[in-house]
Amino acid sequence: MRELADMLSGRYGAREWHDQRKDLSSVTVDASKLRDVLTWLRDEAGYAHLAFATAVDEIERKVFRLTYTVHNYGTAHGILVHCEIDRDRPVMESIHRLWGQAWTYQREMREWYGIDFPGSPRVDEEFVLEGWEGPPMMRRDFDSLAYSDATYAERPGRETRDPAAYMKEKLYPEADA
Amino acid sequence: MSDKKGKPVPLANEGLPPGERGLFCDAPPREYAPAAKIVEDFWNWARSQSLWILGFGTGCGAIELRPLMTSRYDMYRFGIQPRPTPRQSSVFVIGGYASVKTLKRIVRSYEQMMGPKFVVALGSCTINGGMYWDSYNTIKRIDQYIPVDVYIAGCMPRPEALLAGFQELKRIIRAGKAEGQNLYARDFERYKANQKRVIKDWNMPDYNW
Ligand code: SF4
Repeated sequence: MRELADMLSGRYGAREWHDQRKDLSSVTVDASKLRDVLTWLRDEAGYAHLAFATAVDEIERKVFRLTYTVHNYGTAHGILVHCEIDRDRPVMESIHRLWGQAWTYQREMREWYGIDFPGSPRVDEEFVLEGWEGPPMMRRDFDSLAYSDATYAERPGRETRDPAAYMKEKLYPEADA
Repeated sequence: MSDKKGKPVPLANEGLPPGERGLFCDAPPREYAPAAKIVEDFWNWARSQSLWILGFGTGCGAIELRPLMTSRYDMYRFGIQPRPTPRQSSVFVIGGYASVKTLKRIVRSYEQMMGPKFVVALGSCTINGGMYWDSYNTIKRIDQYIPVDVYIAGCMPRPEALLAGFQELKRIIRAGKAEGQNLYARDFERYKANQKRVIKDWNMPDYNW
């Protein structure tokens, strides 16, 4: 794995190589280099399969972290390629020409996080939601509870308890904290 | 069929493209007027002995219907069996949480069922939202959108609880108190308004007959 890590850092300035398991490593690259890195991994290093692509909302650092998982069937090894984009300008280069299935993930990220992938087929169409009018619901500043309270009728009388305190009261009231 | 209130106002079917409006029902449902008591009692007995449930699992609770079908719990001995289409079913089992997307299909399927029809809602999700109480896309009580005859509490209820629920439904039907269908006809406008409040892209007929 070492030579692959060196290769990626030498060619593309990849950093933070980390072997999570024997068969899984992760690495971070600049968003502008992502497409080149993935192309190189696919065509030169045998990582021919795009297994997954998703986003994480790192609201504290004001970025979206995008993660692309590629897999090498020859060596049964996978790499998570991370990159970060500005949360206030969530636009990313589309990779649907590298892997045909990528547009599905991109459409998902578009709907759930509001990340745009210009040129990606059908990226603006609904993905799992129908008739959704709120903000992208996987963004962490979206308040699911407030939205639910405002939108869906509630049955009165529902009580909520703290599970730990309630179990203690019911099951072992004699135990002290 | 009673027609006491005169001709019902035709439905607008505004969600449909103009060319398709003529293809669907243009009148709201009407209440069922019972026959003479002795006849109706006999019919109710017959109805309660042959509950055909719509095979549409709308949430995780639907998994509990499978053990009912097989030999251990064997719902067939109670005259209950699944059907593949709403047109042949008399019982709709709402199997737990309903997302807005599923609710659309629930409304369409419920309306397509022939009367007399009954709804059994199982799981805390259908009653007060259950563990999806703060979800952005899951309704919190199903009886705002379609009428419910029997609730079965639990997350998820065991097959025994389901059987008890079906027995309860039978009692209600035999007593002539399974009024869900009439409630829907009577309060049709309220139900529609509730449905349209959460289903933002209303692109289906106003009544699916
Ligand atoms: S009540 Fe529980 S089992 Fe039933 S749908 Fe809700 S979460 Fe699932």
